[in-house]
Amino acid sequence: MPNTHYTKEHEWVRLEGDTALVGITDYAQTQLGDVVYVELPAIGTTLDKGEEAAVVESVKAASEVYAPVAGEVVAVNDRLVEAPGIVNEDSEGRGWFLKLKLNDPAALESLMTAEQYKLYIETIS
Amino acid sequence: MLNRQGRPTDVGEPVEAIPETFTGNRALIIEEPLIFESGRPEVTGVDLPEAPKVAHRLGGLVRSGPIGLPGLSEPEAMRHYVRLSQKNFGIDSGMFPLGSCTMKHNPRLGEKMARLAGFADIHPLQPLSTVPGALDLMERLAQALIELTGMAAVTLTPKAGAHGELCGMMAIKAALQARGEGHRTVVLVPNSAHGTNPATAALLGFQVSPLAARDDGTVDPADVLDQLTPDVAAIMLTNPNTCGLFERDVVRIAELIHQAGGLVYADGANFNAIVGKVRPGDLGVDAMHINLHKTFSTPHGGGGPGAGPVVLSEALAPFAPVPFLRREGGRLILVEHDFGEGVSPFGRMAAFHGQMGMFVRALAYILSHGADGLRQASEDAVLSANYIKASLADVMSLPFPDRPAMHEVLFDDSWLEDTGVTTLDVAKVLIDEGFHPMTVYFPLVVHGAMLIEPTESESKASLDLFIATMRDIAMSVRRGDIARFAGAPHFAPRRRLDETRAARTPVLRWTKPVAE
Repeated sequence: MPNTHYTKEHEWVRLEGDTALVGITDYAQTQLGDVVYVELPAIGTTLDKGEEAAVVESVKAASEVYAPVAGEVVAVNDRLVEAPGIVNEDSEGRGWFLKLKLNDPAALESLMTAEQYKLYIETIS
Repeated sequence: MLNRQGRPTDVGEPVEAIPETFTGNRALIIEEPLIFESGRPEVTGVDLPEAPKVAHRLGGLVRSGPIGLPGLSEPEAMRHYVRLSQKNFGIDSGMFPLGSCTMKHNPRLGEKMARLAGFADIHPLQPLSTVPGALDLMERLAQALIELTGMAAVTLTPKAGAHGELCGMMAIKAALQARGEGHRTVVLVPNSAHGTNPATAALLGFQVSPLAARDDGTVDPADVLDQLTPDVAAIMLTNPNTCGLFERDVVRIAELIHQAGGLVYADGANFNAIVGKVRPGDLGVDAMHINLHKTFSTPHGGGGPGAGPVVLSEALAPFAPVPFLRREGGRLILVEHDFGEGVSPFGRMAAFHGQMGMFVRALAYILSHGADGLRQASEDAVLSANYIKASLADVMSLPFPDRPAMHEVLFDDSWLEDTGVTTLDVAKVLIDEGFHPMTVYFPLVVHGAMLIEPTESESKASLDLFIATMRDIAMSVRRGDIARFAGAPHFAPRRRLDETRAARTPVLRWTKPVAE
């Protein structure tokens, strides 16, 4: 998707007006295996780029989800708390983690495009 | 054929399919319900006189009905626990190569000593004058730990490895604050560290700064230097590390940290690889916990509780927690107050003096092995791990093939790529083969990790059987003959459990089934 950007830590961020949805990539959910627990930030939390935003735990490992860009948390996907399997089923759609109000939407340009991320995964796997 | 008593002696025709049994039991493997399912509240195994009526002041808090505890006769209770114990696999049943856990044999001598009435039947609140033997044992253990580690002091009180980490890092924090350097808030932790290391640092309010390993699996001093800001309080280094590799630049790393005004915490969980060979004090370590319960016998599953004494450098010794041992007028006391000049304990880690039963077992282990025996145990543990490494290198895959292993050897899952078989499948097949699985998916820095720690307890015959089994498993994978992996274990009392469902919807409380 053209308005979706990716990080080296395997988060995706999709711009929708002046807010953006954030989640973990399909590659990340495959590597993690079955997700069993998701911890989300409080609405209103302000996050710097790279700051810990959420925690995702699978049968194999626990891992942090970092804010790909700076912003304020305006919504979280509460459904993941009850049904963390959604992250495995549809990580880049219904499995979104949080919605950020961006300080600077242009900051997304520093992240990878879908094409660049695809090449990046090939170099690390 | 019939024998002279008219009893058939032949075995009959073998059948292809194994029939189900009426009871669900399979000979010696007996199904066992929960005690709440088999017991009945109205049954009791003891005949007690009726309790006398006494006045109470509980008011509305007094219990109004029965609490429904399951009652069983003595033979029923006995069978319940014996049957459960028969489903358990421990180091006394077979090889338990669970990497990082050091599942070594637990000598009977230590168990015998720990049960001596003078150690087992004393109470922490007894007057010290009635327990000089116990205090003397603690003193001797402390001296042995100081000698083996080359450190200045030891605190015996922490109750386990992670508790020891917390103690050591609290001593570091106290020392920095005493120096007026409370601004040091960053702790460097290699990615291959035990998960408890960053957790300990975070619990104490430090900011964790992760350190990546270089290609050979160890920490590069140049990377340490890069991250060495004036805010660095300490590094937490596991040596040998969780990849089973010796951090060969540990001395240089400690020098760099010290030059920058920081302190060095060593995670001593893998001390069993180097006891009698390397003294952490000579490496520049300021604090290190020792898992008495694995390095000096009684691993988990072996019966005993944990104990995590922490050895401290000259710089940290004054901050050791209370209580500590001191000799006064020829006799030992446990110091709780009146610390003395220049001593400022940061607090206390436990109500009393620590885990007495483990002190006895550890000292029994140390004295019965002697200096030469302790050294040989370390050497044999390393030799066993390298024997497994060399014997399986051609059929499995090693992330760090060029470095000798220490007490444990780490494989990754690239030998399983595109075979449809996973690390978890291999672990489950090992259960069918009568082994406890190795540690899997840890450390996280290696994909599909299999961490094998045989310990010095296994004979060569036992190692050879394990190696032959692993080779047979690897050959099945190569042939594409993967039926044995699907749904394994096939022969355990329970088949493969649904870990995902167990984690997502755990049932944490037994509720009485509703009659249909």
